[in-house]
Amino acid sequence: MDLQTLTYIVVGSTFALYIGIAIWSRAGSTKEFYVAGGGIHPVANGMATAADWMSAASFISMAGMIAFMGYGGSVFLMGWTGGFVILAMLLAPYLRKYGKFTVPEFIGDRFYSKAARAVAVVCLIICSVTYVIGQMKGIGVAFSRFLEVTYETGLLVGMVIVFFYAVLGGMKGITYTQIAQYCVLILAYTIPAIFISLQLTGNPLPQLGLGSTLSGTDTFLLDKLDQTVTELGFKEYTTDVRISTLNMFAYTLSLMVGTAGLPHVIIRFFTVPKVRDARSSAGWALVFIAVLYTTAPAVGAMARFNIMDTVEPEPGQYLAYEERPQWFKNWEKTGLLGYTDKNGDGLIQYSADKETNELTKVDNDILVLANPEIAKLPNWVIALVAAGGLAAALSTAAGLLLAISSAISHDLLKGMLTPDIDEKQELMASRVAMAAAIAGAGYLGFNPPGFAAGTVALAFGLAASSIFPALMMGIFSKRVNKEGAIAGMIAGIGVTLLYVFQHKGIMFIQGTEFLGGMSPNWFMGIEPNAFGCVGAIVNFVVAFAVSSVTKEVPDDVQELVENIRVPAGAGLAQNH
Amino acid sequence: MSKLTDDQARAYWKRNLSLMVKLMVVWFIVSYGCGILLFDALNEIRLGGYKLGFWFAQQGSIYTFVALIFYYTKKMAALDREFNVEEE
Repeated sequence: MDLQTLTYIVVGSTFALYIGIAIWSRAGSTKEFYVAGGGIHPVANGMATAADWMSAASFISMAGMIAFMGYGGSVFLMGWTGGFVILAMLLAPYLRKYGKFTVPEFIGDRFYSKAARAVAVVCLIICSVTYVIGQMKGIGVAFSRFLEVTYETGLLVGMVIVFFYAVLGGMKGITYTQIAQYCVLILAYTIPAIFISLQLTGNPLPQLGLGSTLSGTDTFLLDKLDQTVTELGFKEYTTDVRISTLNMFAYTLSLMVGTAGLPHVIIRFFTVPKVRDARSSAGWALVFIAVLYTTAPAVGAMARFNIMDTVEPEPGQYLAYEERPQWFKNWEKTGLLGYTDKNGDGLIQYSADKETNELTKVDNDILVLANPEIAKLPNWVIALVAAGGLAAALSTAAGLLLAISSAISHDLLKGMLTPDIDEKQELMASRVAMAAAIAGAGYLGFNPPGFAAGTVALAFGLAASSIFPALMMGIFSKRVNKEGAIAGMIAGIGVTLLYVFQHKGIMFIQGTEFLGGMSPNWFMGIEPNAFGCVGAIVNFVVAFAVSSVTKEVPDDVQELVENIRVPAGAGLAQNH
Repeated sequence: MSKLTDDQARAYWKRNLSLMVKLMVVWFIVSYGCGILLFDALNEIRLGGYKLGFWFAQQGSIYTFVALIFYYTKKMAALDREFNVEEE
């Protein structure tokens, strides 16, 4: 069977599965729509959280970034996993105990202020929308490459599928589809990795293969890789620090804190029955995430090795352009892989020197998708990778859309604008908000604003500098009051936005970056993407300073804080 | 399940915080310590084909994170039982 037909069958059957689950798990109440009725088993929730969290960026881009950054890519590995430790200990159990539906709702109650709730809604919507654009783009790209339809058609199909199970099922439908999507994406990620690890090192576990010797030699894979890249003039793979030690430190911290502050991840912990389930569920989520995240460095290193081995099989002996393999031709067509014959000898010279390097374009994003082809794996593996990439993008998009729609219907409408709507009307409103969110995200996917590339920095920066500190202070301090929290959130976002905009342009418009994108102007050499943790520190400092000169927190709110710190038996009714 | 007195609630919270601080120290050491700050020194040591600092940054820290969460879950479950604040 040819690849095209096979891909249609594999992708088609996964989609049929998602829709089947949606019909089976329709939501009948707001509690089911927002938090899946609060009855999801912690292991199942962990799996759904893993799919929710691992986006097109984790599945498609991360291994490619590691392949070309080497050790510097570790910031993503540690940053995007270490945040779950913070979640499990500092946030999830207490927010579960508080027992309501959304993140802004907690902020509004804890800081006894509709203004605080409104600020939180704005932060949530900005960071979720910027994030969802990336997923929509991922869906469009994956479709257009594998099913050879246009980007727009691919995006439209993706929107219809998400619409179906997210609008119908709410959190309940999303949870069960995410579990199925996790299974698809993890198989799609690990199967090629196992094959490639076997081919190169003879060890089926990529995590061990990365530390093994190359088949038939005494040379370790990583040593050989270090040797080859340095010969080509690149920095040594295993010690290539990203900008500076301080920058790596700040980048990792920003990603960790940002992860812990992302609302679509936090609300997943509202779906488990008990406080102790929220703790263990974070652990299970990280187990399921770790399967992919510990495989990714092996995928990155091995793909880098394979590419160099294809282009330059023996030192000084380069591949002739005419003899390039099929995958090379396929990806050339997409424009993500490019060759320029600078010295006119018809050979592909790859080097760190921009003057002589002839492999002029290797996009990070093609590595995972091209990997099975580079390693000459059978067609069904390639088809599975296509389905996996789509599962990763769809599951994250659905989680984000739910966070957006619940902020609109529960916080904005029910909480502030039209408090007297009944449950049925609220459920209807949340479905309409979800549909509107999908249409909005789709529109932005069709017409990605110029700033799409810079938005990841913004999403993490906002979550790290506004939502995370507000939640943490809400739980761990009884002193931080309304004035402090609002001032802190605004200061945190303000500093982060200012830093990102001054280096990347206001709203990412080219030419408005008044300090330029140049590293000499960076504060202590910290790149804009890594700045969220500085914003978070500003938030904490401002919040404590303002709280210390303003009125104390009222007694009933202090009692609320006491109450969420203990799983049961601390007074106050639990249900609402 | 009885209602905690103020003293009991304070004691429970203190025990939780001290456990948390200990585990966050480990969290910091494996990632920011071994993976970033002590990276060069640890790379002198080899773990098979891995330099140790590199292994911590790309593998070891993640395994430790998983272990930390489950250890916390287990310890907290015991603490909940001790203070009789488990949910039904």
